Amino acid sequence: MNTAPADAGWRFRVPSVIPGFGLTLGFSLAYLTLIILIPLSGLVWRSAALGWTDFWAIAMDRRTVKALEISFGTAIIAAAVNVVFGTIVAWVLVRYRFPGRRIIDAMVDLPFALPTAVAGIALTSLYAPRGWIGSLLEPLGIKVAYSPLGIVVALIFIGLPFVVRTVQPIIEEIDKEVEEAAATLGASRFQTITRVLFPGLAPAIVTGFALAFARGVGEYGSVIFIAGNLPYVSEIAPLLIVIRLEEYDYAAATAIATIMLALSFVMLLVINLIQAWSRKRYG
Amino acid sequence: MADFVSTASLHAEKNRATATTESRATRWVLLALAFGFIALFLLLPLILVFAEALKRGVGPYLEALGDSDTLSAIRLTLLVAAISVPLNLIFGIAAAWAIAKFEFKGKAFLITLIDLPFSVSPVISGLVYVLLFGSSSLLGPWLKSYGIEILFAVPGIVLATVFVTFPFVARELIPLMQEQGTGDEEAALSLGANGWQAFWYVTLPNIKWGLLYGVLLCNARAMGEFGAVSVVSGHIRGLTNTMPLHVEILYNEYNAVAAFAVASLLAGLALVTLVLKTILEIHYGHAIAGSRGH
Repeated sequence: MNTAPADAGWRFRVPSVIPGFGLTLGFSLAYLTLIILIPLSGLVWRSAALGWTDFWAIAMDRRTVKALEISFGTAIIAAAVNVVFGTIVAWVLVRYRFPGRRIIDAMVDLPFALPTAVAGIALTSLYAPRGWIGSLLEPLGIKVAYSPLGIVVALIFIGLPFVVRTVQPIIEEIDKEVEEAAATLGASRFQTITRVLFPGLAPAIVTGFALAFARGVGEYGSVIFIAGNLPYVSEIAPLLIVIRLEEYDYAAATAIATIMLALSFVMLLVINLIQAWSRKRYG
Repeated sequence: MADFVSTASLHAEKNRATATTESRATRWVLLALAFGFIALFLLLPLILVFAEALKRGVGPYLEALGDSDTLSAIRLTLLVAAISVPLNLIFGIAAAWAIAKFEFKGKAFLITLIDLPFSVSPVISGLVYVLLFGSSSLLGPWLKSYGIEILFAVPGIVLATVFVTFPFVARELIPLMQEQGTGDEEAALSLGANGWQAFWYVTLPNIKWGLLYGVLLCNARAMGEFGAVSVVSGHIRGLTNTMPLHVEILYNEYNAVAAFAVASLLAGLALVTLVLKTILEIHYGHAIAGSRGH
């Protein structure tokens, strides 16, 4: 590590003998600006150019509000389901030894590697009324494909690895002696898990929830096949952006995109605050 | 099974055996839940892709893959990945070098900006380029007057792909190079190597597995991206259709065998990616910092 400069004055960077700072930082910033920052600020600028009344009219349009509700609502439900099952999967993978563990472990990353369109058509065929699972659910009166429930199923698929991969390393790090100490002091296994282990895992679980949720809100490819895309019922916000674009209604597309970005950032901020709080509370 | 359940009446020896694990019944329930969930949500969709693709036998499957529109979609997907992955690879190395080897103000903010594309919906990633280069933008008419096509053409697809795969290599390399520190490079420099030599002979060998890991993930996403590419592509068959977009077109035409045939190639790519990724994790886990999770 470099030592701090002798004079404590403000410096952009700590001096170093390693060359290439200007070149690499300059290139990185230029590339970042061209690819990410200019296009994104273009979105914000176009949205600002709309003016407050126009923006508000689009934002309060019933179809927009409904699409945003559906996107955020289904993403929250799917992330909650993933928190429960993702934590169980992570626990089983770390703590238990069983044949095929390595394969299951690798499988968890499938949603990262499988293109969303492929996941979309596969899940739709699976849950369609005549599909492998859909045909079993139909007599029970449960409709998954072409309904909001289908959106939740797609988002569960997409979000699972986010929870498993955030919680798994933390479970690996748990010191078994803590559990032994709790047991020695007379705690039941249930108490050890809920009172000793869970508080330590809570920040990771919240992070996993946040990541799965953020991904779910913006997800498009896997959802549009299974959702049925009925306005006011199963039409997600990203799809509404695409529809507005195809209608050459750039103003509406821009406004909805800006609202989505703003809402996601607010949600992530809130979750970050919860995380900071739980870290402070539980160490 | 009851004798395995830990109760206060069991004596110390047996109680200790279950002090840091669950009762046998609980273990079975948890295992069954985990297996059931993975089978239902991950395994079944994967099996279904291949089952549907081969539903009418190998002949129609191969016929669907030999279709000229399918072949041009495959070519375009390979082309787009061949351009966007190296671009993000170079960026990833440069950004990781600047961030990991030096201490400067605003570093944390820069890392946040690099991660930004992960929290943007793919549709929005495509939309920003439509707004930038579309006919309603400032640049659009100017580009048109020079006959430069970006939207609904290959450059737009490449740009959208670069946007969504932007962080992959960088975020693999940054923690890895931060962990490795600057000692090796300083030694090389003090022995008379110049900057390029230090990078080429010292840094690169140190980071090669992490680099490969990042490239693997970047490539999988580049070839599979749907939302962002869908917005900028224009869906012109045989011209601006990538494999995922072609899957959608075939599926919407109720040509299920062909749709799943193309999908099976992408699923195959995903499986190869997972196998290589697992091999890298098993053999070079120590050389891939933050080897888990994205």
